[in-house]
Amino acid sequence: MKRAAAIGAAAALLVALPWIVAGDYYVNLSSQILIAAIFAMSLNIVVGYGGMVSLGHAAYLGVAAYATAWIMLRLGLGPLAAGAAALVFTTAMAAFFGVLALRASGLSFLMITLALGQILWGLAYRWVGVTGGDNGLTGLTRPKPFGIELTGATPFYYFALIVFALALVAMALIVRSPFGASLQGARDQPRRMNALGHHVWMVQWAAFVLSGFWGAVAGVLYVYYNTFISPHALSLQNSAEVLLMVIAGGPATTLGPVVGAALVVIIKNVVSAYLERWVMLLGVVFVLIVMFLPEGIVPGVQRLIARRKKT
Amino acid sequence: MAFWINQSLNSLALGGLLFLLSAGFSLIFGLMRIANLSHGAYFMLGAYVGLTLLRMGVNFWLAAIGAAVAIALAGGIVERFVLRRLAGRALSQVLATLGVAFIIADACLWIWTGDPIPLPGPESLRGTVAFAGTRFPLYRLGVIGFASILFVVLWLLLDRTRIGAMIRAGVDDLDMARAVGIPVNTLFTAVFCLGAALAGMGGVFAGPILSVYPGLDSDMLPLALVVVILGGVGSLAGAFIGSMVIGFIYTFGQALLPDLAYVILFLPMVIVLVVRPRGLFGRVAA
Repeated sequence: MKRAAAIGAAAALLVALPWIVAGDYYVNLSSQILIAAIFAMSLNIVVGYGGMVSLGHAAYLGVAAYATAWIMLRLGLGPLAAGAAALVFTTAMAAFFGVLALRASGLSFLMITLALGQILWGLAYRWVGVTGGDNGLTGLTRPKPFGIELTGATPFYYFALIVFALALVAMALIVRSPFGASLQGARDQPRRMNALGHHVWMVQWAAFVLSGFWGAVAGVLYVYYNTFISPHALSLQNSAEVLLMVIAGGPATTLGPVVGAALVVIIKNVVSAYLERWVMLLGVVFVLIVMFLPEGIVPGVQRLIARRKKT
Repeated sequence: MAFWINQSLNSLALGGLLFLLSAGFSLIFGLMRIANLSHGAYFMLGAYVGLTLLRMGVNFWLAAIGAAVAIALAGGIVERFVLRRLAGRALSQVLATLGVAFIIADACLWIWTGDPIPLPGPESLRGTVAFAGTRFPLYRLGVIGFASILFVVLWLLLDRTRIGAMIRAGVDDLDMARAVGIPVNTLFTAVFCLGAALAGMGGVFAGPILSVYPGLDSDMLPLALVVVILGGVGSLAGAFIGSMVIGFIYTFGQALLPDLAYVILFLPMVIVLVVRPRGLFGRVAA
């Protein structure tokens, strides 16, 4: 019951947020956090529950965003139709990348995802005819679902919140399903899972594709929010930021990536306002987290609470 | 014909630079089981340190050695104070090297600003040589020669010396190497410093050809990854052959399909992953 009350309170807080915080800046910041949270949750499927550390997750956000933009500009489809097509395209790409990356495991998996991600980044920079190169693609519009304008900060926040809620529930259900159990089994005891008759590769590949799909959802939201797209979305820095969100928040927890996303987006916005050295700070935080808080914030806090209850 | 000869030599020169970058990366990975994601950053930092030394009027070769020493020190500090503390946690180590890469990249942007800067080549290798109806920059021939000499020296070091035998033992079976009394931790530091030094020196040698600019690290790191995936982890010959293959594919890709050169790199990697996941010369599956 306490749990239901906590969820209800959190939901009420999120719905009431535009009235609580003062000004569009904070509402927009909240939208950014929601998008980053979906992105981090999608990565958590492979990194947390699958135990496969990917350093190329920006690929799915970036490609979905570029595909949405390209379809809108070149094929003249509406934002929603373009977004849907981009989801299909990006998920198909994830299916292909999954076949490649899952040839290996552990650090080789990481290197392959990194190499694939960097190749897409290079492509975004150099294939100017399609991607607009360094300048990216501009002149995009936000969608109008059911005729509702999303140009304002608050309507877009609600749009992002609905998608976020769907993503949160869907991913929480997936990891608690038999499929989620076999994914975690494949992470912890691949050989036993194999002996028990589970197709370990297939489970991991399905998780990879699923993760790519939700990453693409975050990418479509990202391009709707920014109404432009540049190669930065595909950069290693972006992949590293989202991995930091998962690792800092707590891998293989439902709320860890959300907490991590909020933390990273807030620090990034606050820091960028005062000094230009965000990337350096990102590096420092990265080193400190892996050295001193390897389990993440959410499990760390949970352990502290549990300890206090005992004494 | 001139086009093919010229581009082939360019490919070999790029392959030589890639060998300097990836030899250390491959050895570090093979021995320490760490994918050192700060390797591209060491390469870039080496180029910038070399630039500063050159601006101070230091001779090119001394600048290359100075940069190698400086980057070896930087690598040694990272290995001793960050990676050593995370021993046994490979993933944490890799993420820490990524953090270090960001710190170095941003520090370089801060100190040396954002403009691409070409390094002046050494006086003795200015100009071009004419042969087979084409002219070719002498410096690039020098790079090819230097990388080949370095390959032989490293190979002798690994194959004919006691330290080399220890490193090979560590690559093959780390626990057994430790058990027979090889000072593995000291070896880790030595190999990490050596790899960093090679990357830093490679950065200086790359300077006159590629220039040095923010993002050089992100451009080079995937090339090192592809070389090592292609050649196999912990294999010097694999790093050399892989570097040359990638040098050719990238150079000809850029000449023939400039927009897609970066993507063509992907092809050999895909083929090797499908056919032989451990790489051409890899003894251990990574």
